[in-house]
Amino acid sequence: MLQSTNVQTLEKVVIRFAGDSGDGMQLAGNIFSNVSAGEGNLISTFPDYPAEIRAPQGSLSGVSGYQVSVGRNVHTPGDSADVLVAMNPAALKTNLKYLKPDGIIICDGDSFTPANLKKALYQTEDPITELCINPDRIMLVPMTTLLKHTLEGSGMDIKAIMKCKNMLALGLLCWLLDRPVDKVLAKLKAKFAKKPAVYEANEKVIHAGWDYGHNTHASMPTYRIETEATVPGTYTDVNGNTATAWGLIMASEKSHRPLFLGSYPITPATDILHELAKRKDLGVKACQMEDEIAGVCSAIGASYGGNLAVTTTSGPGLALKSEGIGLAVMAELPLVIIDVQRGGPSTGLPTKTEQTDLMQALYGRNGESPLCVVAAASPTDCFTMAFEAARIAIEHMTPVILLTDAFIANGSSAFRIPEEEDFPEIKPNFVTKEQLENGWKPFDRDAETFARYWAVPGTEGAMHRVGGLEKDFKTSVISTDGPNHEHMVNVRREKIARIADNIPELKLQGDENADTVLVGWGGTYGHILTAANELNAEGTPVAVAHFRYINPLPKNALAELGKFKRVIVAELNTGMFADYLQQHMPGKEILRINKIEGQPFLVKEIVDGVKKHIAEA
Amino acid sequence: MEDNMTKTFVAGDFKNEQTARWCPGCGDHAILNVLHKAMAEIGVAPKDTAVISGIGCSSRLPYYMNTYGMHTIHGRAAAIATGLKTSRPDLTVWQISGDGDGLAIGGNHFIHALRRNIDINILLFNNKIYGLTKGQYSPTSDRGFVSKSSPYGTTEDPFIPAELVFGARGKFFARGFDITLDITREIMVAAARHKGAAVVEVLQNCVIFNHGIHTWLSDKEVRAERTITLRQGEKMLFGKDNNRGLVRDGFALKAVTVGEDGYTIDDVLVHDAHTADDILHRQLALMDGHDLPLALGVIRDVDAPTYDHDVEAQVEEVKAKKGFSNLRDMIVKTAETWTV
Repeated sequence: MLQSTNVQTLEKVVIRFAGDSGDGMQLAGNIFSNVSAGEGNLISTFPDYPAEIRAPQGSLSGVSGYQVSVGRNVHTPGDSADVLVAMNPAALKTNLKYLKPDGIIICDGDSFTPANLKKALYQTEDPITELCINPDRIMLVPMTTLLKHTLEGSGMDIKAIMKCKNMLALGLLCWLLDRPVDKVLAKLKAKFAKKPAVYEANEKVIHAGWDYGHNTHASMPTYRIETEATVPGTYTDVNGNTATAWGLIMASEKSHRPLFLGSYPITPATDILHELAKRKDLGVKACQMEDEIAGVCSAIGASYGGNLAVTTTSGPGLALKSEGIGLAVMAELPLVIIDVQRGGPSTGLPTKTEQTDLMQALYGRNGESPLCVVAAASPTDCFTMAFEAARIAIEHMTPVILLTDAFIANGSSAFRIPEEEDFPEIKPNFVTKEQLENGWKPFDRDAETFARYWAVPGTEGAMHRVGGLEKDFKTSVISTDGPNHEHMVNVRREKIARIADNIPELKLQGDENADTVLVGWGGTYGHILTAANELNAEGTPVAVAHFRYINPLPKNALAELGKFKRVIVAELNTGMFADYLQQHMPGKEILRINKIEGQPFLVKEIVDGVKKHIAEA
Repeated sequence: MEDNMTKTFVAGDFKNEQTARWCPGCGDHAILNVLHKAMAEIGVAPKDTAVISGIGCSSRLPYYMNTYGMHTIHGRAAAIATGLKTSRPDLTVWQISGDGDGLAIGGNHFIHALRRNIDINILLFNNKIYGLTKGQYSPTSDRGFVSKSSPYGTTEDPFIPAELVFGARGKFFARGFDITLDITREIMVAAARHKGAAVVEVLQNCVIFNHGIHTWLSDKEVRAERTITLRQGEKMLFGKDNNRGLVRDGFALKAVTVGEDGYTIDDVLVHDAHTADDILHRQLALMDGHDLPLALGVIRDVDAPTYDHDVEAQVEEVKAKKGFSNLRDMIVKTAETWTV
């Protein structure tokens, strides 16, 4: 394609930015994706951080990446990149494996110094040959030289000049991928509103990047990326953790309950705490507690006090919170627990993604301790499911665990800022005056939902005690009676089962008439849907059943799955959801596609896995 | 709120119909009764009062209150009380813990509640034993203490609760016995009126597993000589004839007899619980009844910013400054947006 001089049209394009953490790759990527979204492209981004906070400059371990996919039918950041922007030899070496075989590389040629090559452990002084890169596909741009030339006479020192390197690359990308430079400049102008000199320098540099591409590489193809009609509205770019925080705030507004967060820093969940701590401006009380246990316990106290109470964590923290969650199960208090899953067990892979906390969420407590488990499917779905978790908790007086994961928590996509009427009112199950006048007891229940009533301190005539001891079903007084305990266990289980009456049914996607249904849950949605679309396009019919409500399952779920000859569950663990479904569908063989590498699926892995299962049947 | 200001309460308003299920003769019965009386004196309505406990004998207490209450999980009462008070500063929140619940499994929450200075009243029932699990040594049991889990005596030193309170920068510490009912009521009232985390250590007798652990201090015949009741602005005097006094002896304290060895009443120290400097408070609180009398009453009571108040104030300040009407308004005004 390098021979062509025509503008080519692409359905979607994947760009991977790689460099030292100081190279500003995330900012360049962010502006690129937001400008694209403004042009009508769908966007999906994912940062790939090193575990180290500040690794040595130019070293292999210090490279951080940022991948973005823009275009039509974009549901993932892409398996591999069409364009790799590598700011130094280390970034080139570590990120080459993410580039498509015919992909294009943009590289800072001036960074190929003997010192940098040594730091990146090259054996020769010719990295292009050493890495077997087709020289026709790499644009070695003398970025440092260009920058110095462009900003000559600006009065900036060399350090400040070098900071503009990311914008030079962005200018070049604007040329290559037909992005409007004026829109990019508008975003930069807003960002540097208080630093006009910085803006002016970056403006010059972006033009220099564009001009360099236009003048020097006229033979390179440029692309036009297809757009997709989206729902009208005002959009912003949001990652999953921020969306989670916002969803909780929306639930607070819709339930008229103040939002309280008790939390403790843990990767990759801490950004939710950060966002909610900022949102004191919306009345949120976000408290950093002394440990994970205090996080959940302070939330339980706030819940008893009548708040929308939340605790946020990752797998190891969820383990520490188990006993507290059990108390909320027993005291039947509304509580939202958010687990941003990461690789485990123990400290595991703290910055990497996995879906391995499902069993812990469902069963990880002492005693018969059922609660509601839901999962978010994408960065923006974190908003919806955080809202749902809060709605279910408040309306059904139960703890709800929301499972997200490192991939969707850090990944971002375009988010339509909800209008007032997009989300329903949440109706707390408050005790009424009439009930209080007629001998209300703390564990009286709604006849339909089995939810007990919420009596908030400060209410006259509703003074009551709750706790971890078993209560008598009729009198609400503590009881050690055996048959009563069994009855209460069944009542609490039935209360959770009846949540199914208050959640949406499962909606199949893809080819509903296919023999095969591809099943997923949580953050793998984008990859699973893309895989199914590819399979259907190439003549292998599959339906998709993606689960966001896990306990209870949507009412129609088992009947829907039962219609298919083949049920294949793809998940980032050794088969936890498959085992869970198998319990509910004993007669059906549940086939599996599994990956536990700390990385999201590649679409190709799912496509190949489905084909393999079909071929074997 | 207006109702509460004008209405007066009696102890019975805070008591419910449940029969307390502690062992006959347990010190907890007396403390419960004193608490009912103290609450009536404090005058906050039952509907605006919440009592949070952990696990252990003493933690059964909320079941016998006609207030809001939670009987929670072992060691976590301070964290739960912190969440309740922070989210509902309008409530008066009490925490009931034993020495095991509060200082062993709950030690972390205990020190952090004090450090944050959350406005809760912590009643620490100290009987130097695990009662509910039937007789194991606790973090306040003396070195060498023989129990079911230390048949040859413990080989570890105990916490002195007061020392832990000061170490965690506590601003209020008071002490009483389960049998000194007037003092204990007074210090409960003082704790409730103090703004910030207040620790009331009640030395309590476990009639089954550690009977008589405090009697060498609390028995009527010895109490006057082995304890001193500190009162704000008053001379630190004690003894049967009230002629024994505490004086400075270099950096240390010394018990003297007024009129002997050249000591006059003017040498006797005057108690001031309100001085920010805690050195004398520490010295007073660490007197253990051997060379110097065990101190009862309010030992330290110093004003400082409270967590719950400052969280609320910060929320109000930031809300007013930013002036967002709701979530959507905030996003539109702060995030980079585009319209399709």
